[in-house]
Amino acid sequence: MNFIDNPRKLRGFEKHVRVEKISRRSILKGLGVTGGFVLAAPVMSRQALAYETGAGKMPHGVVVDPRVFVSVAPDGIVTIIGHRSEMGTGVRTSLPLIVAEEMEADWSRVKVQQAHGDEVKFGNQDTDGSRSTRHYLIPMRQIGAAARTMLEQAAAKRWGVPATEVKAVNHEVVHSASGRKLGFGELAADAAKESVPAIEGLKLKDPKDFRYLTKGQVGIVDLHDITTGKARYGADVRLPGMKYAVIARPPVTGGTLVSFDPDAALKVPGVEKVMKVQGWPWPSKFQPLGGVAVIARNTGAAIKGRDALKLVWDDGANAKYDSVAYRKELEEASRKPGLVVRKEGDADAALKGADKVIVGEYYIPHLAHVSMEPPVAVADVKGDKAEIWAPVQSPGGTRDDVAKTLGIPEGNVTVNVTLLGGGFGRKSKCDFALEAALLSKELGAPVKVQWTREDDIHNGFLHTVSVERIEAGLDKSGKVIAWRHRSVAPSIASTFAAGTVHQAPFEIGMGLADMPFEIANISCENPEAAAHTRIGWFRSVSNIPRAFAVQSMVGEIAQATGRDQKDMLLELIGSPRIVKPAVKDLWNYGEPQDSYPIDTARLRKVVELVAEKGEWGRKVPKGHGLGIAVHRSFVSYIATIVEVAVDDKGKLTVPRVDTAIDCGTYVNPERIASQIEGAAIMGLSLAKYGEISFKDGKVQQKNFDDFQVVRIDESPVVTNVYIVPPGPDTPPSGVGEPGVPPFAPALINAIFAATGKRIRSLPIGKQLEA
Amino acid sequence: MIKVKINGQEQSWDGDPDLPLLWFLRDEAGLTGTKYGCGQALCGACTVIVDKEAVRACITSVKDVSGREVTTIEGLHPNGDHPVQKAWRQVNVPQCGFCQAGQIMQAAALLMDNPKPSHDQIREAMSGNICRCGCYQRIENAVHLASTGV
Ligand code: FES
Ligand code: FES
Repeated sequence: MNFIDNPRKLRGFEKHVRVEKISRRSILKGLGVTGGFVLAAPVMSRQALAYETGAGKMPHGVVVDPRVFVSVAPDGIVTIIGHRSEMGTGVRTSLPLIVAEEMEADWSRVKVQQAHGDEVKFGNQDTDGSRSTRHYLIPMRQIGAAARTMLEQAAAKRWGVPATEVKAVNHEVVHSASGRKLGFGELAADAAKESVPAIEGLKLKDPKDFRYLTKGQVGIVDLHDITTGKARYGADVRLPGMKYAVIARPPVTGGTLVSFDPDAALKVPGVEKVMKVQGWPWPSKFQPLGGVAVIARNTGAAIKGRDALKLVWDDGANAKYDSVAYRKELEEASRKPGLVVRKEGDADAALKGADKVIVGEYYIPHLAHVSMEPPVAVADVKGDKAEIWAPVQSPGGTRDDVAKTLGIPEGNVTVNVTLLGGGFGRKSKCDFALEAALLSKELGAPVKVQWTREDDIHNGFLHTVSVERIEAGLDKSGKVIAWRHRSVAPSIASTFAAGTVHQAPFEIGMGLADMPFEIANISCENPEAAAHTRIGWFRSVSNIPRAFAVQSMVGEIAQATGRDQKDMLLELIGSPRIVKPAVKDLWNYGEPQDSYPIDTARLRKVVELVAEKGEWGRKVPKGHGLGIAVHRSFVSYIATIVEVAVDDKGKLTVPRVDTAIDCGTYVNPERIASQIEGAAIMGLSLAKYGEISFKDGKVQQKNFDDFQVVRIDESPVVTNVYIVPPGPDTPPSGVGEPGVPPFAPALINAIFAATGKRIRSLPIGKQLEA
Repeated sequence: MIKVKINGQEQSWDGDPDLPLLWFLRDEAGLTGTKYGCGQALCGACTVIVDKEAVRACITSVKDVSGREVTTIEGLHPNGDHPVQKAWRQVNVPQCGFCQAGQIMQAAALLMDNPKPSHDQIREAMSGNICRCGCYQRIENAVHLASTGV
């Protein structure tokens, strides 16, 4: 059904993406310009039609300076800096496109140049948290408008006319009264001498004049290079005299090397050296685990050499980590009261007095990112200077950490950001770059450290493992009057600080304490859980287990009361309102609640939109079922309907997925669709197969054979994406991550509809075969 | 000394004959378009065409291709305008792009063998190529587009 009737019409997204005309008001209308021309400060002050974001609170804040981001060459080529990391979201295209739009540059004459890691110069570069468009839409527009103004001023001076009489149009400035024109290239030298205009006076384009923004007809800048093998990822960097290294790391987190025998490794053809790599005691943030490196003339030889090493490890304090036993611990903890992180009314009393209590205990194991490009980095350290080439999501942080690890000034470290072959949060941690830096320093030569897939799975920063226990109390009429959610999971904070047993505020704010349902008695609790491996951010983070539990519970309540899932969901969301949970310092993804409130009208709208477009309630064949789920994360609202088919042998297929997203004001609907399509695949992967388990402290999986991900033959036949047009003053919100959380619960609810089987433990594995 | 033709050019290798072709291509010949994703023939990122067949370069040794003709993504078409490459761009397939060289080589091999594959045949032939970003819907559409004329 996703075949193309007229291939000539196909542009990929047109067929499956529609921006729904719910409102006729033009998108982006009247985003005002306010605020100061700022360095490292919030971009916008709250004035008419403007909004404030959390951008200013990020390390090094925002830099709005056209001289930093834009240059125009005499031949007219406009170079725009992309300062965020490209890992597949399209950000290297969309942020420069915003600048080009606003400065009236012709996109075909724009070159994008990747910024190196320098947050003082470029502002915050941490490409995570689905923040890029959210934090940079307005700053990039301001940068483009400032550049345009400088070009216009230069032309006006040249002609001796008031600047108000000239206008930049498609790569030239025109004076329509006299019919004179000057190209951007001809004005470049003069424009560079103009002073940078104050942000307050800048005039932003009227959105009705947009050529690129919101249109989605511009392909990503790397499209041609990607399809011809020229795109350069971290793994593709080659330097003269470069050595190739792979590292044997401790198999248990916190383990240390006792001894090693390099002899057999050194006999492997191509192997040049075997050396120890410095490790840091666990937990130590992103510092290397240490181990033994095999240095060779190519990666193949290094891998073969490593296989031949004889290694003795001391497994350390986590040698007994066992996922079966740990799950029992989490389950037991979830059955007892824990730290209360949100309390409204009296959930204990209401549960006691309830006519019916429905209990769901949900389990979601550790997950590995398995970005298609495993971690890899090249370093060239000479004396007290270091240059790094790496696919990192945090070039600024990497620079910082390399400087600290080598004991050299930050100014002596250059971090070149390559394309990332996937990131998903793994490449927010720069341990692999630090390893390369340490080895290069010792070798006195440039070196590439390549992680194998096995390394990636064995020594990563895993998604947490959690038990989510929800008790819902219903009165006689079937109305939910009490809600107790206990979330037990080791925290990401455990990777930074020993002894961490509670979730950090940013984890509590991901689908636990910010739960939007209109229920009188709510208790959200976080019993203790200690970590036994490195825990890290994984695309959409704690929203995965929380949305799975909360939205599965909605399905369970509907099931117990004989209601339609969607009706039940809307009833629980309740009236259109702004939810203000009784939570001290609600995280809210780092955004002010004024600009980014928890708005149930928007939550309802995506449910209603997906129900309408996804034909909720349609008749499906025998063995098929429909499931629905909605979740707000990264301040976006997303609802998904999944249709499943389960045959009599328990084989699961997904004929159709429909997703509605409200991400506020947006830039590139085509890339939004691709993110949502991808999120459905990642959601299906984690639901069907996703499990990293431990025994004797060691990860039991090793590669794509036992840590499986969804392949094309089992992927949804079609994923339709519907984008809610924003109101005139709706701030942009996240896209990269929020598609993932609602998928698994929608799938599980659909499986129940198809089979009557309620799955509470992920992955599904063989549960449908029984 | 092993001799092999890569993208029309004669190359020789006198190192370890068991060296996987993948690392020969990437590290010794400097052809980095072919990617490493698993090393175990599980993901397809390293797919190249040997004579007329798609093979996984990570489990194929240099000596296995001695005297044969290897085509990598760099050599698929002089201007990058093979119908599969054009279709890939038209459909905006890639996200991160890391798997795409392997996907494109696999698709090109499929179309050599079966110029008009069905929905199921596309899905079967492409099922050895993982895309962690999840571009599958577009991959399928692009293969179909390439087979019907870009
Ligand atoms: S690298 Fe060869 S199939 Fe994965
Ligand atoms: S595009 Fe990223 S793995 Fe396929």
